[in-house]
Amino acid sequence: QDCFGRPIASAPDAWFDVVERHSNDGNKTLQRTTKTSKCLNLGSYNYLGFAAADEYCTPRVIESLKKYSASTCSARVDGGNTKLHTELEELVARFVGKPAAILFGMGYVTNSAIIPILIGKGGLIVSDSLNHISIVNGARGSGATVRVFQHNNPAHLEDVLREQIAGGQPRTHRPWKKIIVIVEGIYSMEGELCNLPEIMAVCKKYKAYTYLDEAHSIGAVGKTGRGVCELLGVDPADVDIMMGTFTKSFGSCGGYIAASKEIIHHLKHACPAHIYATSMSPPAVQQVISAIKVVLGEDGSNRGAKKLAQIRENSNFFRSELQKMGFEVLGDNDSPVMPIMLYNPAKIPAFSRECLRQNVAVVTVAFPATPLLLARARICISASQSREDLIKGLEVISKVGDLIGIKYFPVEQEKVASVDKLKKLE
Amino acid sequence: MDMALPIVNATTAALARVSAAFNAPLARAVVFGVHIDGHLVVEGLLIAVIVFQLSRKSYKPPKKPLSEKEVDELCDEWEPEPLCPPVKERSHIDPAILESAAGPHTTIEGKEVVNFASANYLGLIGNEKLIDSCVGSLEKYGVGSCGPRGFYGTIDVHLDCEAKIANFLGTPDSILYSYGISTIFSVIPAFCKKGDIIVADEGVHWAVQNGLYLSRSTVVYFKHNDMASLASTLEKLTRGNKRTEKIRRYIVVESIYQNSGQIAPLDEIVKLKEKYLFRVILEESHSFGVLGKSGRGLAEHYGVPIDKIDIITAGMGNALATDGGFCTGSARVVDHQRLSSAGYVFSASLPPYLASAAVSAVNYLEENPSVLANLRSNVALLHTG
Repeated sequence: QDCFGRPIASAPDAWFDVVERHSNDGNKTLQRTTKTSKCLNLGSYNYLGFAAADEYCTPRVIESLKKYSASTCSARVDGGNTKLHTELEELVARFVGKPAAILFGMGYVTNSAIIPILIGKGGLIVSDSLNHISIVNGARGSGATVRVFQHNNPAHLEDVLREQIAGGQPRTHRPWKKIIVIVEGIYSMEGELCNLPEIMAVCKKYKAYTYLDEAHSIGAVGKTGRGVCELLGVDPADVDIMMGTFTKSFGSCGGYIAASKEIIHHLKHACPAHIYATSMSPPAVQQVISAIKVVLGEDGSNRGAKKLAQIRENSNFFRSELQKMGFEVLGDNDSPVMPIMLYNPAKIPAFSRECLRQNVAVVTVAFPATPLLLARARICISASQSREDLIKGLEVISKVGDLIGIKYFPVEQEKVASVDKLKKLE
Repeated sequence: MDMALPIVNATTAALARVSAAFNAPLARAVVFGVHIDGHLVVEGLLIAVIVFQLSRKSYKPPKKPLSEKEVDELCDEWEPEPLCPPVKERSHIDPAILESAAGPHTTIEGKEVVNFASANYLGLIGNEKLIDSCVGSLEKYGVGSCGPRGFYGTIDVHLDCEAKIANFLGTPDSILYSYGISTIFSVIPAFCKKGDIIVADEGVHWAVQNGLYLSRSTVVYFKHNDMASLASTLEKLTRGNKRTEKIRRYIVVESIYQNSGQIAPLDEIVKLKEKYLFRVILEESHSFGVLGKSGRGLAEHYGVPIDKIDIITAGMGNALATDGGFCTGSARVVDHQRLSSAGYVFSASLPPYLASAAVSAVNYLEENPSVLANLRSNVALLHTG
């Protein structure tokens, strides 16, 4: 109970203050104390380091706050549309490589509200088995038939598509109206990249539309931060709809959809989340604009390129060290999300509490977000963590791992060699 | 007579022979010490025939699965519909682009206009104290909160905001959501599951309808804001139906309906709820901070004690001039949502500056209840004029 929902008292930057809580009734309720402890942050989604006050972004955000105030109090269509919103839509479209984009105030709502508009009864949605729950909700809410294909397996996707197209709708055998295949760029619980080129080839062959959810990968992977398409060499014009959120890499809130001009035009007129919901808060919009400008290098410095290089170096270094120490780490290279498998649900609180005692804050994930016996601790690397921070984190995790016994692939001699190397780096 | 006699003789002789055959003791057929009489053999044969027939599969035309070539042909022939319908010229709306804050006076394309479109009920857009507290939060916490509530996305301003709202309304606890409309369509599926009964008003807005659909319960609508219709619907559902006594029942209403602007008569709803044993979910987005002597919402407006309403939700994007939403109720109601509400668990938390804006907005409302008098006189002016 005390491993989840830990409150913090400062920005979720590389080091932050975790508020201590104590409980009088065996962790059923927890009261805050005023004490805080500074911990290394290995849990927040802060991929490019924009979470705390940033020298370029924050003054502009404060200026926009004073000009436009904290919220617009109205829907986009009724008077919540400011110049900032239109500017951001154009900027996002340019950044991602699509003709047009549309903004929403929250990432979860984006998925749940868009999928029912694009497809209805008589359509087919084929989604990856490990998709996020916002996609599952949107697919269920749309009324279309949903089929699942095995995670990241283009051969199985092809089988499913062939079977479905030949069979038609479930009982009437009429041909499907349209088919949408939904995949994610980086899967948040596995840290794996999606096998995009092959999946795109399959979809093109069978004339299915593709929907790519880049919540974790936009801004974090790719040479200039443009996401999974750039990293894997897929042309953005091939993917029909690209969706992403601003919460993870850009340190703000909200989501976007980028697609062709006709689709965006249709969405603007038909999507209830756009017509009824309050528009994105103007300071948040300004934060994203400034963050994208930094990443693209348009603010006149090369901080963006440095951040991107830093996060790639950090993730690769951390992952290789963890693997050398003998932990079981999932995920591909270059991905800033790395889950460390714990397997045994009883080890979850032990890992979490021990790390906190040594001033490292980690996130542990259990059922229902993962299957019951596949519990894991998920590390999120950030560009704002320096090499020393990472080394400290590695030491603590190694000690705790020895205590708990989660080093499932012990490699004896190399462990000694890596400890020596770390000492040398220090 | 002559022909009949030999036939009869022959038949009798045949019968005599058959019965002799049946009754003849088969001395050699002794299996396991049991004498087998003749008739048992016939019965055994019959049973064998019946069993044989039953075990044979019934005749089905043979299923021929499609060959690879046929599947290929079907896939080639299939043409999907376009992803979106073609653009119609007439449906091109261009929303107005604001160039300044959405306060009472705003600038559009260089002209200053009076703003009747924003839901800025208390005039808090542009309020100095609000903006100062936001600036303080921005400098301390940055813009986003970078994580869901369960994983280090809970910042102390969130907890302060929840405590403040609960204090203001007089309920034990409250829970914050990161987006106005996601509040209601996460709360309803968290409490109402398949097989429950929900009685809802016809005129509820899209987010509520979405929540009702996602919850997969049986939804019965009653005429918009018509108490007689509500009473008769409740009566019909509960009368003589033993099953309804065991499943959960809810009434979902809005305090001020977004689509029609009418106010729901809460005192009558509470009376009906107590009579028929339903639970009330009240959506207060447009009435929080507006109705009631000190802005505490519909319950204060009608003088109903707040603990009679089971669940109250509201979006803060209207009177409180921030974004996000909250839900209050008894402590168990709120606790349940922390684990099972989709929009709370799986989504990033509210940006901290918006939470601190909410705290200052509620503070402002507590200190200056005269704002409400202003609001009411303006409304009366518009109605009569």
